[in-house]
This record gives sequence, structure tokens and C-alpha cells, in this order.
Amino acid sequence: MHPAPSVIIFTTLSGLGFGLLFWLGIDPTPPTGFTGFIFFAIAYALAVGGLLSSTFHLGHPERAWRAFSQWRTSWLSREGVCAVAALCILGVYAAALIFLGQNIAILGWIGAAFAVGTVFTTSMIYGQLATVPRWKTPLTPALYLTFSLAGGALLSGRTFTAIVLLLFAAAVQLAWWQRGDKALSESGTDLGTATGLGERGTVRSMAHPHSSPNYLMKEFVYVVGRKHALKLRVIAFCLTFVLPLILLLVPFNHVFAALAVLSHIAGVACSRWLFFAEAEHVVGLYYGMR
Amino acid sequence: MTFQQPKLNTSPKVSDEVRQTTCYMCACRCGINVHMKDGKVAYIEGNRDHPVNKGVLCAKGSAGIMQVNAPSRLRAPLKRVGPRGSGEFEEITWDEALDIATGLLKPIRENNPEKLAFFTGRDQSQSFTGFWAQNFGTPNFAAHGGFCSVNMATAGIYTMGGAFWEFGQPDWDHTKLFMLFGVAEDHDSNPIKAGIGKIKARGAKVIGVNPVRSGYNAVADEWVGITPGSDGLFILSLVHELMKAGKIDLHYLAQYTNAPVLVDAETGLLMRDENGKELVIDRTTGKLTPFDQKGVQPDLSAQYRHAGTTHKTVMHLLAEKYLDPQYAPEAVAERTGVTADKIKTIAADLARVAFDEAFELDQEWTDFRGETHKTMTGRPVSMHAMRGISAHSNGFQTCRALHVLQIILGTVEVPGGFRFKPPYPKPYTAHPKPHCGVQPNSALDGPHLGFVQGPDDLMLKEDGSPARIDKAFTWENPMSAHGLMHMVISNAHAGDPYKIDTLFMYMANMSWNSSMNSGGVMQMLTDTDENGDYVIPNIIYSDAYSSEMVAYADLVLPDTTYLERHDCISLLDRPICEADAAADAIRWPVVEPDRDVRGFQTVLVQLANKLGMPGFTNKDGSAKYQDYADYIVNHQRKPGIGPLAGFRGENADQVGRGDVNPDQLDRYIENGGFFVEHIPDGANYYKPWNASYQDWAVGMGIYDAPEPYLFQLYSEPVRSFQRAAEGHGDRQPPEHLRDRLKAVMDPLPIWYPALEDNGVDLDEFPIHALTQRPMAMYHSWGTQNAWLRQLHGHNPLYLPTKLWEQHGFADGDWARVTSTHGEITVPVAHQAALNDNTVWTWNAIGKRKGTWALSEDAPESNKGFLLNHLIHELLPPKGDGLRWSNSDPITGQAAWFDLRVKIEKADAPAESQPAFAPIKSPVAQGPSELKWKVGK
Amino acid sequence: MTTLPTSTDRKLGLVIDLDTCVGCHACVISCKGWNTENYGAPLSDQRPYGTEPMGTFLNRVHSYEVQPEAGPAQTVHFPKSCLHCEDAPCVTVCPTGASYKRVEDGIVLVNEDSCIGCGLCAWACPYGARELDQAEGVMKKCTLCVDRIYNENLPEEDQIPSCVRTCPAGARHFGDLGDPNSDVSQLVDSRGGFDLMPEMGTKPVNKYLPPRLKDSWDDQSLLAPLLEPVAEEPKGFLSWLDKTLDKIPGGAS
Ligand SMILES: Nc1nc2c(c(=O)[nH]1)N[C@H]1C(S)=C(S)[C@@H](COP(=O)(O)OP(=O)(O)OC[C@H]3O[C@@H](n4cnc5c(=O)[nH]c(N)nc54)[C@H](O)[C@@H]3O)O[C@H]1N2
Ligand SMILES: Nc1nc2c(c(=O)[nH]1)N[C@H]1C(S)=C(S)[C@@H](COP(=O)(O)OP(=O)(O)OC[C@H]3O[C@@H](n4cnc5c(=O)[nH]c(N)nc54)[C@H](O)[C@@H]3O)O[C@H]1N2
Ligand code: SF4
Ligand code: SF4
Ligand code: SF4
Ligand code: SF4
Ligand code: SF4
Ligand SMILES: [Mo]
Repeated sequence: MHPAPSVIIFTTLSGLGFGLLFWLGIDPTPPTGFTGFIFFAIAYALAVGGLLSSTFHLGHPERAWRAFSQWRTSWLSREGVCAVAALCILGVYAAALIFLGQNIAILGWIGAAFAVGTVFTTSMIYGQLATVPRWKTPLTPALYLTFSLAGGALLSGRTFTAIVLLLFAAAVQLAWWQRGDKALSESGTDLGTATGLGERGTVRSMAHPHSSPNYLMKEFVYVVGRKHALKLRVIAFCLTFVLPLILLLVPFNHVFAALAVLSHIAGVACSRWLFFAEAEHVVGLYYGMR
Repeated sequence: MTFQQPKLNTSPKVSDEVRQTTCYMCACRCGINVHMKDGKVAYIEGNRDHPVNKGVLCAKGSAGIMQVNAPSRLRAPLKRVGPRGSGEFEEITWDEALDIATGLLKPIRENNPEKLAFFTGRDQSQSFTGFWAQNFGTPNFAAHGGFCSVNMATAGIYTMGGAFWEFGQPDWDHTKLFMLFGVAEDHDSNPIKAGIGKIKARGAKVIGVNPVRSGYNAVADEWVGITPGSDGLFILSLVHELMKAGKIDLHYLAQYTNAPVLVDAETGLLMRDENGKELVIDRTTGKLTPFDQKGVQPDLSAQYRHAGTTHKTVMHLLAEKYLDPQYAPEAVAERTGVTADKIKTIAADLARVAFDEAFELDQEWTDFRGETHKTMTGRPVSMHAMRGISAHSNGFQTCRALHVLQIILGTVEVPGGFRFKPPYPKPYTAHPKPHCGVQPNSALDGPHLGFVQGPDDLMLKEDGSPARIDKAFTWENPMSAHGLMHMVISNAHAGDPYKIDTLFMYMANMSWNSSMNSGGVMQMLTDTDENGDYVIPNIIYSDAYSSEMVAYADLVLPDTTYLERHDCISLLDRPICEADAAADAIRWPVVEPDRDVRGFQTVLVQLANKLGMPGFTNKDGSAKYQDYADYIVNHQRKPGIGPLAGFRGENADQVGRGDVNPDQLDRYIENGGFFVEHIPDGANYYKPWNASYQDWAVGMGIYDAPEPYLFQLYSEPVRSFQRAAEGHGDRQPPEHLRDRLKAVMDPLPIWYPALEDNGVDLDEFPIHALTQRPMAMYHSWGTQNAWLRQLHGHNPLYLPTKLWEQHGFADGDWARVTSTHGEITVPVAHQAALNDNTVWTWNAIGKRKGTWALSEDAPESNKGFLLNHLIHELLPPKGDGLRWSNSDPITGQAAWFDLRVKIEKADAPAESQPAFAPIKSPVAQGPSELKWKVGK
Repeated sequence: MTTLPTSTDRKLGLVIDLDTCVGCHACVISCKGWNTENYGAPLSDQRPYGTEPMGTFLNRVHSYEVQPEAGPAQTVHFPKSCLHCEDAPCVTVCPTGASYKRVEDGIVLVNEDSCIGCGLCAWACPYGARELDQAEGVMKKCTLCVDRIYNENLPEEDQIPSCVRTCPAGARHFGDLGDPNSDVSQLVDSRGGFDLMPEMGTKPVNKYLPPRLKDSWDDQSLLAPLLEPVAEEPKGFLSWLDKTLDKIPGGAS
């Protein structure tokens, strides 16, 4: 899949943002006043920024409001609904905390639920797609959720929780990669089933329909060299998990904490780039590519 | 869940008006419905009533809208201001353009008409352009047939009075086995596809003989991946097998072919009576008798002893020749790349279908001998072939071999077999002979092109030198019925046989894809003599688009596009008939040009008027025709016969023959742009021998009198040239050609290796390199089309698995391909279903930078390429100082597919090689985005 | 609407005959022509005269080679457009309801006025049948020529998709695949029509007819009976000729 910057930025930032919102929502002693303002400002900047970024890849952003209508079937619609619900509810919750010093816990809980829901629905946009075997697994929501919660914990300064969740997320990431590398071949879909000619022999694409590439090839076929991918995985893994964990495990220090957060964000972005770039859409088979 | 589906208007208005005309995105000439909105072309679809396409349309046809809006369209007459080839022009008015042209042509016509060489390319108005050239008085006229498929045309016409190509078609409704030799697309694009579709729907079998398995061969049930240039051997091996097994149609051979005709043992010519009628022995009387007498039963196995000599029938000679073990499947297997078993199986299957699946059509008919037959015997085997077998230097004989194969099976002009389209069948003797009688200021003494019958008909000057600039109808290629357009520039540049003053060309991209040795041609066109003058002094060219050739002209006459002009697809030249009907068609301006362009034929009329040419001028000196439309309606070739056969006479009710009808074009337009006259039942098979067809054809003006004839298994004209080479007669070939003529001018089809094979080290250059037409592109024209160029914007060289693996190629690699003549470096791709020793690419995709209104980084000029840079118009020099043309020694057909190359892996260059400097574009570049919709 | 109808009155679709398709691209361009001028925004082309020209097409023709275990490779030209799936994932993922499957005939359409151009439906389609128009920013797909097949401004025989009308080889068939008695259903039955990627569970309405078995002559075991020679030599042939001619009616006896 084409790793569109807007989608990478979106999933990275809003994942963290909603993760942070989740922790703020369920915090029995949430920050209030100016501190509260800072936390919520960061959370909203990440979540809303990510959402805004995602509208850049829309052909018609001005019609984006229509995307709330199909929540009954569409994960993308559900994501929109959840995101708006989370942002609105937690907005009230935050305002009460910041301006009134009031903790309306019930709002926090509901908002937190929608925040996780948002991350879950986002993950399901990908996780539902049978067309991308690498994504079509419960591990995808697990990946998004653990990343989001770990990142949120990290941002909200919950060191221990962050360490535990980072370890957890790291395990999910490794499992996800491991499974993903076999996903296409194990999916049973190949050029043989794609053309229905597989029983007659080995099918090979001899010529593309057009001599120049098209939307489908640009959108669905993105080839990262294997060596390249492995290197990037190592980098992503170190930045997302290893480095933050080390920084968290050494005695607390604000600079280290900030570095851990930055490293984690960079790592997640890198992992997300791979999430898309390495994903093979079955349409590529028709083009003899993956 | 109360979802409201959007309310859709499922009956939107399709268009304001439909205008019906004829497609010219290629030469198939389908009928089209042009849907107009707000006076603009909105959508093009096929015309269901049209005899050619019956409603369907190919990719090119549907893309016509992108041709009519193409930014590459020339906008006004152009006068060269920079050096030739630079592309630097200034726009001038038509008055000025016509004055310049007249200034060049008038003195030539008055002093030395042969100094004009007028050659037209994909011309569909040859009877008109030929008429113009004849009235101008130059002997130097031809269209593109010589580099296209003259082997196919002449072999067919000399053998059976018509050919494949567009002269005939399989009886798609009855055939059960269709064998296709070397066709990627052909001129009959849509009819062939429709035919294949039809027989496939019936579950009939298709055999494809082609080194490459794509297109039609992809749907063939059996694929014969033959080695290029060896079809003749393969076919004669089938003939061998069939004769050996006696699986031949003896009745057919005896009645309708010259198999029973006696061959004079001394001369090798056919025995004839005093009226020139071929003689046979009648089985009932045992007597020598002209073949066409009532009740004659020609004896195939007869011998005639006279004055101590035994004369045998053609059948004897056939048996002697083809039963020879040199044609046994085992003997030809290696050379053809087809196993002996497979050849035998094919022979068996041909025999099985032709004879065991024969059927009778309940249709009475009477033959030319006056015998009435209750039924028509169907032999459901049909064949078709095109340039795959004809674009080789052994193509004439290979095409003849294929006709012999069909004829011994008795499958020509019978139900289920191959049938001619009017005006064919027509014996070669009914065609004119060529003419070259030049007189200053007067018309040529007859038509330029025709069918020679022997050495006396060659176009030689008194001193034996060629009369024509292209050396057509000379000992180098005696039977070159279509001329040799591919030799014109080369010969004019060499001054061999003589120098010319003005080269006038129309619709042929000669500095690029239609020439062999394109780079060399560019040099010849720009070469200067010791005085600094161009060696070819003047070049006038008519094109509609900014092609590669435009840059090499001194004066460019911009043509209209096909939707903007009158045209006439006439029975006098290449009509659109079907085997069951005669048909012709017109084009008419369904949109008016938005530029200062004129239909080229109209420009020729205007030039003829300025020059006061006979044929275009009334007795009182006034102009006969104002423009081409005027000519189409009012010209009469013979009394009652004009360019269009339909709606003749004052009441528009005369067909074929009839008076001029001033409203004829309107009647055509009302009728959908075409006219069809069906052949009556009972007349539509056995046409060469069928009395009622012959009578119908006379009524239509196709013949002046019935002309029944015999199929020429043994070709007497061919023999007469061979005989001359053996030393008989006054007109003798030059010594250096004598042996070659003796060998190739065999009156019975033979096979010999491609001429190029003799001049090339086959160990160094073992690989055959071919091109194919892409179905969705027409030569160079398709490229300017925004939709079509997305399909074929560049072309890889396809390599078979053997070569792919041998050289360790991978996707994305490039190769250096070398012939004795040149070298190209190009992208490669893998194709498994390909003959082991063959590589190929799509024809004419590569483009020169700066042409066709494309950007200079267009893939056509950076990754696309032409194979033409590897092919020379001359054979490798033999050290005798002579220029041997790379053509069939009989017809002059350009031997495109004889090419031999070697291949090496190469580093990917920045662009495909050779790369040429960009041409300065005479038109503006196209827009960066299209959102084409004329109705809002 | 992203909810799929539980059933549709008819199942209109195409049947594509891989035994007959010669790969001519006529259907591709005819589709482009009709749909540029008709339903919704024109199918745009980027860099139409430049490098990497790239436009929106609703139907494209691939070329494949199939290498059987024995015998030569076979070439298959393979047209592909929207298959109007019964369980169309492209519809259910659409967040706006722009994508929907019509209840009356099962045609899957995009209502361009509601489409936000998110591209998700194209991601969900296994067949590459949807293309986002780069100029208009809305999703484009085969409409099954919904503006032709019911169009009363067209003669009845022309109320078929543009690609079907134009296909020179007659390799494309249109009809109701929900009606077992329709011509197309019969064709699918008799020729063993199949689904693409059945494992995706999309239940395509469009069907493909397989190429017939090819190259039987390369299978030595199936060699047809060969011809029996009447003679190996010209002499023998001529005496056979004499004998045979005598048997031909009208010959001297
Ligand atoms: N390597 C290789 N080369 C080949 C062949 C091959 O098989 N392999 N085939 C050969 C054969 S058979 C042929 S016929 C030639 C064809 O080659 P060409 O005869 O060159 O044919 P085109 O490229 O179709 O077009 C010729 C010119 O006609 C112009 N034209 C198009 N429409 C109009 C119009 O309406 N009016 C005017 N005045 N001009 C117009 C085009 O712009 C173009 O410049 O190529 C030959 N070249
Ligand atoms: N779409 C489209 N249609 C066209 C044209 C076009 O440019 N585009 N051009 C028109 C013109 S000018 C012409 S002349 C006709 C030509 O029509 P075709 O004769 O179909 O022309 P080519 O594409 O040259 O096809 C040559 C075929 O012969 C095969 N071949 C080559 N050598 C051999 C051989 O030795 N033996 C056998 N058995 N096969 C061989 C090649 O693989 C190829 O398939 O097409 C006309 N129609
Ligand atoms: S075959 Fe195609 S391009 Fe040629 S005339 Fe017919 S529709 Fe036009
Ligand atoms: S038009 Fe017909 S034959 Fe041509 S590519 Fe399309 S389906 Fe195949
Ligand atoms: S083919 Fe693709 S676009 Fe068409 S209905 Fe099926 S999933 Fe949707
Ligand atoms: S691109 Fe349009 S039709 Fe497709 S899912 Fe998005 S909104 Fe729906
Ligand atoms: S049915 Fe209509 S929209 Fe669909 S591929 Fe055919 S022509 Fe295109
Ligand atoms: Mo040609």
C-alpha cells in the first residue's frame, strides 16, 4: 500500500492523542487548571491534528461531515462518530477540570471509552480488509490499541504503566510482523485464484493493461526492498520500544522523559510507514506485483 | 433502515444528433455513429447497419474523439524557414502554399514530368491520386503497397484472382476449421475479430501459425510457433502429406484450376489454342480442347504426345514436385521449428474437416461451361494470412504455396471456405498493365501500376534502365504491382536510376516508422551536394498531424482530420465489400475544421486546376471540378461508372452503372454514409466460375464482360520471367540477376531461405526480430491520442524463455540488439509463448522528441523504440558495387521480417538508443489535464 | 448506502469469455468514451500528452501467460471491471453512503455527490475495480452502464453496456445472472463459468468463461489418426489418380 504521509501522521498522532485522552479520562485524579490545560492541549493537538491531517487525503474534505452517517456498517464512519464523541465529551470534561476544577468522572469514563473506541475503530478500518492479508487479523486492533495506550501512558507520565504497556506492545508488534510476513501466502489468494486460471498451470502477468501506471498501482503496489524493510523494522522497534524503555528505566529525568516520548513518536511513525508500505493488497497480484 | 437510493435519471439524453460516416482511425473503414452535442463530437459508436463492422468498434475507433481534438493537428500551411529536419516553419496562407507548389510543379510538368515523384502512403483515394499523377504525366506514382503487403496481393491475384488482405474473407458462417498464418491485426480488424468470435461460439477450431502467441493466436486452439520465414516449407509439407494421401479435391482441381492444363514441355508455358485458351484433354473424348467448352471433363492425369514430345498436365508437375521427400514433414521439421508429428496431425485434420465434414448447400448454380449443379459442396476449412508470411523476401512464393494448399483442398470460393469480396475475383489478365510513357505537358499513356504478364511488360527505358524511380517492374522485381515506396528516397538520393526534382508525399511517415533505416533516411533527406543544395531538391508533404516527416518537408500541406472532410471509399480501388455484397462508402464533414486546413484531395484538385491538367480541365479550359466532393459525384471513369456505385442516375435508383446524380452524397448520408448491393443467392459462391455471379458483376460495372477463369496453380507469368532468365526472348535480364531469377521464378511455389540469410553470418546473428501491430494503435497515429497512448506509451522487446534465461535477464532490464546494419538499446520483457529464436516488439510506438505535440520526456521517446533502425532498405553489400534491395526478388515487397539480430544484456541507458535530437514542434504542446465532456 | 440489500430483484452483470477475448482493448476505450461523456464527472486524464500519462478507466485488459505442466505456454487476455458483487465489501466500508448496491438490479454504484473521495472502497475491493478520479476527487467505477441499459432514448438493441455493444469478438455478454433461464446464466452453466477470488467471499455477479483446452496436438497421446498414404512416389500417385478419376461421376469409364 502506498504509505501516504497524511495517513501515517494521522494514525501516529491521533493514536497517541486518543491514548493520552484515555488516560486523562480514567484518571481518578486528573490534572486541573493550567496543568490540565497543558495535558489536554497536547492530547487535543495530537488527536485533532491527526484527524485534520487525515482529511488531506480526501478528494472532497468539505463533504467530510457525510462520513458520520454510515456507522451501522462502516468502520470509517464509526471512527468519525467515536472521535467526535470522544472529543466532545472529553471537551466538556476537560473544560470542567481546567476552568471549574471539577472532575465529572462519569464524563471522563465515557469519553475514555470513546477514545479507545476511536483507536479501535481506526484499527478496524485496516483490520477488516480481507484485501490486505497482512492487516486482516485481530492482531491489528491489538497493535493499534497497545500502541495507543502505551503512548498515552508515556505521554501522561505513567512510567510504570508505560513500561508494562510498551513491553506488551513490543510483543504484539513482533507477533504482528511475524504473522504478517506469511499472511499473503497463507491467505490462499494468488494470481491463480485471482484469474481463476490457477488450475491450468502457473499464471504470470505478461503485460499490464496500460503501459503507464495507474491509480491502483500507485495506491496499492508499493515495493520496499526486503533488506530495507528489515533495517527499518529494527529502527522502528528501537525507537518505539527499546530506547523509551531504557530512558524510562534510568532514574527519572524530564529530559529523558521528553526524549522517550520523542523517540516513541518517531518509532511509531516509522512502524506505521512500514504498516502501509509493507502491506500487500491483492490487487497487486493482477499486476504481477505485490 | 429506510435508506433512499438516490433517484437516478436512467434515460439521459444521449445526444442532439447522430451523424453517420466512416471511421478512419485505420484502414478497416467501419461505419460510425458520431453523436453530436452542441455541435461538438460527444461520443462515437459503431453503426449497426454497416456491412464492415455491424455495430462493433475497436479501441481506435472509439478513441476518435481524442484524435479530432488532438493538439498535434497541424493548423495552417507551413513553409520551411530553418534547415530541413529542424522543424522550423512559418505559417503561410493557402494562396501562398498553392503558388509555391505550382511554381515547383509547372516547370517539371512542362519539361520533364518524371522529375516529380508522387508517392502516397495510407492513401484510401488511390484511384483519385493515381488519376491525378497520370494526368500530371509522371511515371513515378505508387502508394504504400510495396512496403506493406504486395506479396500477398500479387500472389493472390496471379494465383486465384484475389487475395487475403482485404480482397476476401472466410465463410465465417460455415467454416469449421480456421487456419491463420501470421496475422496480428490486418486491415479487416473488426471483421476478423467478429468472425473468430462467431466460429468460437460454435466451438469450431482455430489454428494459429505464428512465432508469437498473442492476440488471435492467444485464442487459437492449436498454436504452431513456427520459425519466421519458414512457412513456405511448412505449407508445402502439408501439401506433400495431403497429396501423398490422395486427400485432394480432384473434381475441383479438374474443373476450376489449371491442374489439368497441359504444359508445353519445351517452353514451360501453358499450351493454348489460337484464341489463347488453355488446353486440356477431355476425359470423355480424349481430345485436346480449350478448357471452357461445354461438357468438357478435363483430365488431370492426361499426357499429350505431339511431334515426339510428351506434354504433361500441371497436375503431373505438382505431383512430381511436392511428393519429393524434401517436403516430407521429417525433412522440414528442424527448419520450421514444427515437429513432424504436428505437421502430420495438421494435415490429417485439414483433410478430415475438408472431406469428412463436407456438406451440401441446397443451392442450384450453373457454371461457366453451362453445367448446372443441384447443390454447392461445402468444404469447411478456411485460411487467412497477411504480412507474417508476406513481409519476407520469400513471401510471394510462400503466399502462392498457401493458395495452392487451399486450392488442392478445394476450399476457395466454396461454402465454408475462403471467399472473395467484389470487385474480386478478377483474373490477373483483367487488370491493367503498368505504363510509363512520358511526354512533357501531357498525361501518362495509361495507369502506373498493374499486372505484368511477361518481360515485355516491364517498365524499362530503351537502354534497359529502369523507367521508374523506385525501379518497379524491372528485373530486380519484375512483378512489383504496387511499386516500391520504400526505395524512393534511397534511389532519389543515390540518383539511381536517375535524379528527381520534387518529392511529393502524402500520409506516410517516411522519416520514421514507415521507412527501413530511419536514421539513414533522415540523412538522405537532409543531405546536400557539393553546391550546398539538397540532394533531393524539393519536398512537399501533406500530413494532418505533427509527425516526424513534417520536419523534412519544404512545404507542408495540412490536411483535415477524418471527421472534417469528404472521402470516398470506392469500388475503383479498395472498397468495403463483403463476400456477399458489393459496398462502398463516403466520409463527409460531420464537423467543420476550426483551423486553416484543407482536405488533401481538394488541394490536388486545386493544383490540377492551376496546372491546367487534362482530366481536370474542360475543353474550354475551365475547371471540371471545384473540390473533391465535386469530383466524387461528377467524375466518370468510363461512361456510367464513377467513384461511387450507389444511388446513381437522376432518380438515385441506378446501381453500379448509371448517370451522374448531383445529389449522390446526400443520398449516401441519408443511408448512413455507405451503400450496399447484395449478391443474389446462388451467385455468392464459386464466383470465378458461376455464371450468375459473372452476369451480376457485369451489371455492377465490375467487369465489362463475363471473365470466368482457372486458378493458376502453375503461374505462367512467373515462368515467362524464368524462361527469359534461361536465355529466351529479346528482353534479357542483366547477368547479375540471371541466376537469381532462374531460381526464384519457379512457376510452382517453392521455398528458399530469406535473402538476408545469405548475406549475414547466422552464427553471429541467429535471432529473428519481428514487429506486430498493437490492436489498439495505428502505426504512428495512435500516439497523439490521449486515450490510446496510455495503452501503449512504450514498447518492450519480448524475449522467449530460452533467451531470457540464457542471458540472465530480469524485469526492468535492457538489452543491446544488433543487426548487420545497426544497434539499438531497449527495455526487454519475457514472453514464454514465443518461438525460441524470435524476439518481437510492437510496431511504431517509439517517437522522435518534439513530435506529436508530446512533451520531450514522453515515454514514447525515452523508453519507446523502433526496430526500423536495425533494418536496411538494402541487403548487406556483396562487394559487386551494386545496391541490392532488401525486398522480395519477385514483387519488391519490403522484407521487414527477414531481420536477424544478436542480443546482449546492457546497462540501462538514460533513454532508449539511438536517440535523436528533438524537432522543434510546429504546434503547441497539449494541456496537462483532460476532463473532456462536451455536454454539461 | 452502506448496508447491502438482503437480496436484489435481478442480478445484472457481465459474462466474459476468456476463450474468445483477443485483448483488443475495444471495451476499454468504448467504456472510457461513454463514461467520460455520461454518468457523473468525466473520466479525467493526467499528463495526457506528457510523461506517465495516467487517466481513470473503469475497465482494463490484462495479459497473462499460463504455463501448464506440459506443452507450450498459453496467453490469456483478461478484461476486468467491477463484478457487482453480491457481498460487496466496497459498499459496506463506505462511510458516507455514496457507495450503494441497487435493490432493483444489484448494480453497485457511487453517488458522486456524496462521495468524499476517502478511497476506502477501493481498498476494500479485491479486484481493483474502483479508481479515484484525480481531477474530480471522487470514486469512479463501472456503472454497468446504468444510463444505457434502461435508456429510452436509445433503441432497444442498444440498451446494453457500451463495452458489450462494441466488443468485436463478442466476448462480453450482459444479462440477469439471477435468472437461471437467462442467456447469460445458460452460458455460465454450459461453459463452466467461474468467480474470481471466490475465497474473498464477495460473491461476484460477473462470471468468467474459461479458455477451452488448448494444444491437444502437443499431447502425443492424443494424436489424431494420421493420413494413410496412397503413394510415396509421383508415379504411384499418378496411377492412384488414374484409378480414382475413373470413379468420379462423369469421368470416362
Ligand atoms: N518495423 C516495421 N516497420 C514497418 C512495418 C512493420 O511491420 N515493421 N510495417 C510497414 C507497413 S505495412 C506500413 S503500411 C507502414 C505504415 O507507416 P506509415 O505509412 O508511415 O503510416 P502511419 O504512421 O500510419 O502514418 C503516416 C502519416 O499519415 C499521417 N496522417 C494520419 N491521418 C492523416 C490524414 O487524415 N491526412 C493526412 N494527410 N495525413 C494523415 C500521420 O500523421 C502520419 O504522419 O509502416 C511500415 N513500417
Ligand atoms: N490496429 C492496427 N491495425 C492495423 C495496422 C496498425 O498499425 N494497427 N496496420 C495496418 C496495416 S498498414 C497493415 S499492412 C496490416 C498488417 O496486418 P498484419 O499482417 O496482421 O501485420 P503485423 O502486425 O505486421 O503482423 C505480422 C504477424 O505475423 C507474425 N509473423 C512474422 N513473421 C512471421 C512468419 O515468418 N511466419 C508467420 N506465420 N508469422 C509471422 C508476427 O508475429 C505478427 O503476428 O494491419 C493493418 N491494420
Ligand atoms: S477497425 Fe477500428 S479504427 Fe479501423 S476503421 Fe474500424 S473502428 Fe475505425
Ligand atoms: S473488446 Fe472484447 S475482445 Fe476486445 S479486449 Fe474487450 S472483451 Fe476482449
Ligand atoms: S468488484 Fe469491487 S467494486 Fe465491484 S462490487 Fe465487487 S468489491 Fe465492489
Ligand atoms: S471514496 Fe467515496 S464511495 Fe468510496 S468509500 Fe469513500 S466516500 Fe464512499
Ligand atoms: S458496463 Fe459500462 S461502465 Fe461497466 S465496463 Fe462496461 S462500458 Fe464500462
Ligand atoms: Mo501496411
